[in-house]
Formats: sequence, structure tokens, C-alpha cells
Amino acid sequence: MFAQLITSFIAAAGFGVLFNAPRRSLLHCGWIGMLGWILYYWLSAYQEVDEVPATLAAAFLVGVLSQHCARVFKTPIIIFDVSGIIPLVPGGLAYDAMRNFVENDYNAALQLAAKAFLISGAIAIGLVFSEVVNQLIRRRLRKPSQSIK
Amino acid sequence: MDTYSEKDIVDICLLAGRIMLKSGAETHRVEDTMIRIAKAMGITDSQSYVTPTGILFSVAPTSNSYFSRISERSTDLHKVDLVNSVSRQLADKMVTAESARRELNQIEKASYAYPLWLQVIVAAFVSGCFTIMFDGSWYDFIPALIAGGVGFFAMNYFNRFIEIRFFSEFLASMFIGILAITFVWLQWGVEIDKIIIGSVMPLVPGLLITNAVRDLMVGHLVAGLSKGAEAFLTAFAIGAGIAVVLSFL
Repeated sequence: MFAQLITSFIAAAGFGVLFNAPRRSLLHCGWIGMLGWILYYWLSAYQEVDEVPATLAAAFLVGVLSQHCARVFKTPIIIFDVSGIIPLVPGGLAYDAMRNFVENDYNAALQLAAKAFLISGAIAIGLVFSEVVNQLIRRRLRKPSQSIK
Repeated sequence: MDTYSEKDIVDICLLAGRIMLKSGAETHRVEDTMIRIAKAMGITDSQSYVTPTGILFSVAPTSNSYFSRISERSTDLHKVDLVNSVSRQLADKMVTAESARRELNQIEKASYAYPLWLQVIVAAFVSGCFTIMFDGSWYDFIPALIAGGVGFFAMNYFNRFIEIRFFSEFLASMFIGILAITFVWLQWGVEIDKIIIGSVMPLVPGLLITNAVRDLMVGHLVAGLSKGAEAFLTAFAIGAGIAVVLSFL
């Protein structure tokens, strides 16, 4: 678990560098990526949650954290959520599917590909949910200030 | 507040939009920023239509439209951030239009990219870390580190003289596959799968995927779908490169 913490931090911050994120937000990228990945890893490896809902939960967390960072640091949200989402992208499954296709085992390949597709969908839905929550919170925050005016 | 000529407004809006789109911002953010800048300069009903390959902009529904074609796209989130803060300052009337235009021109010309050697080293470490994250063993850390670094460098190197980006991704992932197999054959690494998955990660089109989702979410269907297609093609190029190597096993 400790190795997972460190490697996921380095990987997420490293993606910040590859995407040329501003220097001051690299550490935030690292934190967001680490927290998202640890939630996913903890759910799927220790709580025996299926990969799809685990990805959904992690993507949601990454989305919420990114929204928060974007608002606090007044930076486009894309800087933060890209490096957090990347570890969740089903690269390994897609690779396994590809490998089975190459080895002419189409049944296994299609199963894996379907799973990879579901996980991609879970990422998208996680991001959508976090956006919805963000909008709800923002609306609630805005109402009192308008009544003051 | 002094008024600006149409040309000034169009110039600044198109410039800002062009930089953002070139640097990998979501299309709805580009539209939003352009309209905000126009509003800050006194135009309330400006129209902008942004696709991944071009920008249309007019200061009013019935006035002339201006067009800017985007042929080169790269990833440079620093520029997105800088343009964003310029537009914020303009909206808050903290800078004049003239100095904003100067600043935007500077942003467009400048290069904020980290040096290539640093990017290669970072890509190498990212690859190694991903191997560990996907439950690989520490024996595979160094092989993934080398394969990932070489793969990333190969992609950048081929990008310079191959016009088709997907082909350089294909070649880069072929390099990764060959290296991974060689390492395992030399018994420096244990699992080919884990090494390959880790080292391919720096090439994965993560920015495109998140952009596509974001754009689809806010209703930019054309942009979302075309970015999704681009992401799929990139993923396919990577997969095909690996598949070619594996099929010769």
C-alpha cells in the first residue's frame, strides 16, 4: 500500500509535467492523482468492490477535488483532473483485450474489451456526477449572497 | 470606459481562442473565454463557434464572421492557464485591452515547455511507477523505466519528420514492445505484460479522453465526438504497435 501511495503520487505529478501544467500546480496534480488512485485501489483490492463501481467512485473523487482546486487556485479545471483520471483509464484491460485479439482468442478479447468500455463509461459518469454536485453546491452558495444584495 | 474598434475586439478574442485551442483546452472553455473577453470589451451578444480544428467568431449575430483555422494541436496546459488569467484580468478591468493583447502575443510566441530531456526522464519514471501501480514486481521497475523513456523519446523524435501523428505513436509502441520482450528474454524483467502496460501509459491519450467527456457533457457534441475519435485512433495506434510485436512472438 505504501508503494502504491508513492508511485501514484509520482505518476500523477509526472503526467502534470508531460502535459506541461504550470509548475505551481504540479503538487496538487500529484495529490489528486494519488487520492483518486488510492480510493480505487483500496476499493478493488481490499473491499472486493467490482472494478466498474470502484472506478466510478475514484473518478467522482477526482472530479470533486479538481473542481475544488480549480475554484481555489482560479485555474482551468482540466489541469487537475487529467492527471487524476489517467491512472483510472483501463490501459491494462485494453492491452489484454488487444493481446487476445492478436492471439485469435476472440471470446476472451471481446469480454475484456466490453469491460474496458464499461470502465471508460464509469469514468465519464464519475466526472458528470462531480460536475452535478459542483453545480448544486454553487447554486446553494450563490443564493444567500443574492438575497443580501 | 473607452470603446474599442471591432477589429481590436476580434483580434484579441481570436488570438486568445487560438492559443487555448492549440494548447489543448476544451472547446466549451474556448468559447466561454472568447465571449467573456468580448463582454469585458463592451460587446454583449458576440457569437463564437469552436470546433477542434477551427474557430468562428463574430461580434454580433448579423455582423461579419471571422475565422481561424487550427491545424496543429499540442498539449500545453500552462498556456491555457495563462490565457485564462489574462481573460480574468480583462473581465475585472485590471488590464487594458492593449496590454492584454501584448501579453497574449507574448504567450503565443513563448515556449513554456519543459526541456525534452526532462520530459523523457519524467516519462520514464511515470512508466516505472505505473508498473508498480498495476501490481507489477519491483524487478520490472527498471525495464519499464527504460522502455517507457525510450518509447516517449521515440514518439517525440518521429513526430518531427512524420506528418501523421498516429504513425509515430505506432512506431513508439513497437519500440516499447520490442524492448519489453528483449528485457524478459535477457531475464532482466519478469512479466512482459506489466512492463508493456506501464511503459505505454505516457502515450495514452488521457487529455483527449477527459476533454471529450467534458465537451460531450456540456453539449458540444461535434467537438466531443471528434475528440473521442482522435483518442480512439491514438489508442488504436498504440495497440496496433504492440500487437505487431506480439504477433511475432
